[in-house]
Amino acid sequence: MPSSKYETVIGLEVHVELHTKSKIFCGCSTEFGAPPNTHTCPVCLGHPGVLPVLNRQAVEYAMKAAMALNCTIGDVSKFDRKNYFYPDLPKAYQISQFDQPIGLNGWIDIEVNGETKRIGITRLHLEEDASKLTHVDGGFGTLVDFNRGGTPLIEIVSEPDLRSPEEARAYLEKMRAIMQYCDVSDVKMEEGSMRCDANISLRPIGQEEFGIRAELKNMNSFRGVQRGLEYEEFRQADILDGGGEVVQETRRWDDAQGKTFAMRGKEEAHDYRYFPDPDLVVLHIDDAWREAIRSSIPELPDARRVRYSEEFGLPAYDAGVITASKPLADFFEGALNFTGDAKAVANWIMGDLLAYLNSNNLELSQVKITPQGLGEMIGLIAKGTISSKIAKTVFKEMLETGKLPAQIVEEKGLVQISDEGAIKGIVEAVVGANPQSVEDYKAGKQKAIGFLVGQVMKESKGKANPGLVNKLLTEVLNS
Amino acid sequence: MSLFQYRLSELHNMLHSGQVSVSELTEESLAAVARVDGDVHAFLTLDEEGARAAARALDDKLASGASRGLLFGVPAGIKDNIVTKGLRTTCASRFLDNYQPIYDATVAAKLRQADAVTIGKLNMDEFAMGGSNENSAYGAVRNPWDLERVPGGSSGGSAAAVAAGEVFFALGSDTGGSIRQPASYCGVVGLKPTYGLVSRYGLVAFASSLDQIGPLTRTVEDSAYVLQAIAGYDALDSTSAKVDIPDYLSALTGDIKGLRIAVPKEYVGEGVDASVRETVLSALKVLEELGAVWEEVSLPHTEYAVATYYLLASSEASSNLARFDGVRYGVRVDEGGGLADLYHNSRSRGFGPEVKRRIMLGTYALSSGYYDAYYLKAQKVRTLIKRDFDEVFKKYDVVIGPTAPTTAFKLGSQTEDPLTMYLNDILTIPVNLAGIPAVSIPCGFAEGLPVGLQIIGKEFDESTVLRVAHAYEQHTDYHKQRPQL
Amino acid sequence: MSITIKDVQHVARLARLQLGPEEEAVLTEQMNAILQYAEKLNELDTEGVQPTTHVLHVSNVMREDVVKESLSLEDALLNAPEEEDGQFKVPAVME
Repeated sequence: MPSSKYETVIGLEVHVELHTKSKIFCGCSTEFGAPPNTHTCPVCLGHPGVLPVLNRQAVEYAMKAAMALNCTIGDVSKFDRKNYFYPDLPKAYQISQFDQPIGLNGWIDIEVNGETKRIGITRLHLEEDASKLTHVDGGFGTLVDFNRGGTPLIEIVSEPDLRSPEEARAYLEKMRAIMQYCDVSDVKMEEGSMRCDANISLRPIGQEEFGIRAELKNMNSFRGVQRGLEYEEFRQADILDGGGEVVQETRRWDDAQGKTFAMRGKEEAHDYRYFPDPDLVVLHIDDAWREAIRSSIPELPDARRVRYSEEFGLPAYDAGVITASKPLADFFEGALNFTGDAKAVANWIMGDLLAYLNSNNLELSQVKITPQGLGEMIGLIAKGTISSKIAKTVFKEMLETGKLPAQIVEEKGLVQISDEGAIKGIVEAVVGANPQSVEDYKAGKQKAIGFLVGQVMKESKGKANPGLVNKLLTEVLNS
Repeated sequence: MSLFQYRLSELHNMLHSGQVSVSELTEESLAAVARVDGDVHAFLTLDEEGARAAARALDDKLASGASRGLLFGVPAGIKDNIVTKGLRTTCASRFLDNYQPIYDATVAAKLRQADAVTIGKLNMDEFAMGGSNENSAYGAVRNPWDLERVPGGSSGGSAAAVAAGEVFFALGSDTGGSIRQPASYCGVVGLKPTYGLVSRYGLVAFASSLDQIGPLTRTVEDSAYVLQAIAGYDALDSTSAKVDIPDYLSALTGDIKGLRIAVPKEYVGEGVDASVRETVLSALKVLEELGAVWEEVSLPHTEYAVATYYLLASSEASSNLARFDGVRYGVRVDEGGGLADLYHNSRSRGFGPEVKRRIMLGTYALSSGYYDAYYLKAQKVRTLIKRDFDEVFKKYDVVIGPTAPTTAFKLGSQTEDPLTMYLNDILTIPVNLAGIPAVSIPCGFAEGLPVGLQIIGKEFDESTVLRVAHAYEQHTDYHKQRPQL
Repeated sequence: MSITIKDVQHVARLARLQLGPEEEAVLTEQMNAILQYAEKLNELDTEGVQPTTHVLHVSNVMREDVVKESLSLEDALLNAPEEEDGQFKVPAVME
């Protein structure tokens, strides 16, 4: 924040594509990446005379997501038409939900700076996605691919409870985790299966009334959301500091330039003329259906985080990092089938694994290491078969080949030397070759022993058991 | 003498015994079209090649002894707002002048499965908006009884083609009377089924909560045959009803003894031509003679039906017709002014005045600040209108009255004032709002023009409606009279 | 309530219709007449009356999540006024 005079108020609208096999109102595939317009039919092309038929799975995913976000699921839900003209919208109306959405009045908890904060969720509704537009001819032409059109989408609207871009990011990451745990979406911001628009305004600290807000679009990554909102905070504070007034408008985040730009104003204000879609009938949701869906919701990230702390004694931070991603948490639990040392598993995941994934920009599913591999490797360290240092080599090999650690150790001859006689020979040779260090040690410079240990390890090509090296070196030096 | 004077059951006997072939029936139809359609103008698209090929295939099927469909071999016309794969479908609009459907409406597929021969597509008011056929972009249909008069609408082409003997039967659609009113004007049988009985998949939507497809035929028995072939649940239409389809033919017993008939005083009062009223009262006498009893009742909200209908139907239409934007099909007028201009120009030149008027009205009624006053209010009044019928049907089996307040009027005589035109539908609209079935059958003539009797039934009780219509028809011969062309 | 030519122009823009001055004038008059007629509905007290969206007594109509064959690209684009690279083409979206 450029000035501490203001409080930031943010509300997010998150769109999540549900990963059903077929579209929400027709049987066309929702598969990503097919050639343009090959996943289309008269219904999703909006031909005259066609009618929508609702996909049950889409409704159930939406109910599941709404429940996971602590929403109330009403007894009646219905679909409405949102009317506006745009080439990505084949019927010139979007089938959406207006006054009776699937879910209402939910919340999620986020953790920022070690503190937990509850963020309200106004509503969650089900609708159809728009199609894809590509601009050609130097911006004079537009091509329309209707493959994505009709993919089921949920829109989740938060209360204006977020107070910083950091909180917004935490909210979004929690939202992704919950959707991932519920297994209702791929939630990939890069592929557009999770998208986010934001409303942001500033108000003088202590003022109750909200300031004038801007709507922010086109933030295509978690980082983008945070940066976009940070930029907007600066921009609005700057205007307010100068005695100006923020214009209520839609602004586009340009990631490359790191700035937001006003989108050109529409000819007239939107008037979507919502009305109940007469081609669809209402949904009556009874307790049996609600309970069936509720029972399909797995343990959610918050519950897992608490369990990891209680059951495995993980520090809160570690538990938070691991449970933020379902694949990571599943990997963690998988590894525990092969070792009892939860802290060691967590350390390897948060250390070498995440470092490798982040520096190579990979997903967990794109590396070959298995939970069994990690679990067994930790066992080999505990047994002294390999040193922690050697383990790093083994770990890297597992990431790339997926082989089990025993095989890698065998193939590469990485077994730790724990034979006292063999190590003692190396120790004596090193002591003999480094009289100066021995003298330093005897003069009371404890640090000298570190150098000598290093030399022994080097001579043994890293395979000497470090505990034995320490023990034998001390014995030889003190003899 | 036309082969179409026979009933379907009679034609089937003749086909079976080899007296006539499907190709001969088809040629009869095509010859009639060639002879009279220059005057009547019922057809927008003729599929001679397709019809002849289908007829040959059916003759082969007949020879092979394979099982035959319910509508085997008879030539049919389809209203041009029902999409037919590969056969141009225009809705009588310039906008769809070049539209080649890429799929079949469920009813079109059902006609094929029933072995009917589709001759072509029939003229109508543009997008089914109108009651005279004068709103067709391709010129009005003429009434076969008097070429100076309208055939009614919007299924005017369907009613006229049947009346003129151009096809054996036709399919129409009825949103506020669009099957029954032209049936009345043209002296044929027109049935609007219960909402949800016949699939709307492939019917180009005008007002989705009111539209129903139904048959236009010469006789009630034929109407029952066609209904049997097209009724039934369709998984492609979410508003299709999952009900058991009775055997409509077995309902035609001729017995209406003890039948309780309600005659709403609002249907025979002021605004209904004296000659029409007299004709309908005579028809009631016939039914009385057959053992039915009738009493006058009240449907007190009738006078609100037209306003309710125009708000609801126009609102739904404004949204339904938004897809005609020039992006994926239909007429595109691109004068280089960008997308906004393309939308405006394509729609403005593609749509006729009545369509624009209703889109405007509906857009206004749904727009911010007016929704509650117009659309929501109309939906509530719709509930009251439906309750009127629910009350009456607690005591009566059918409701009977005229189909239209007048007989067919002269072309051009009512086009000036849309509101007057809308009021012609006052006796048919309440039925659509209530979603119940009704048939219009010929019940006499006034000054040489056909008068229609409307028989309205309980929801999904087409059997009773057809039974009453059939009993009446058996004791009169109005349905046998044909216009001279 | 009475509507003005300005209302008609606004509604025409929402509906993407281009009206000439004469059409605007005629429509203003006609829409006023129709809406005035519709005022009739206000004679009725509809307090507490449920609106009818559907006469049908059906709910929960859904299909199973099964993929069906899509159209061929040729059919999908059959009626396209303009196409390029297997896509529908329109002039640039001017916002």
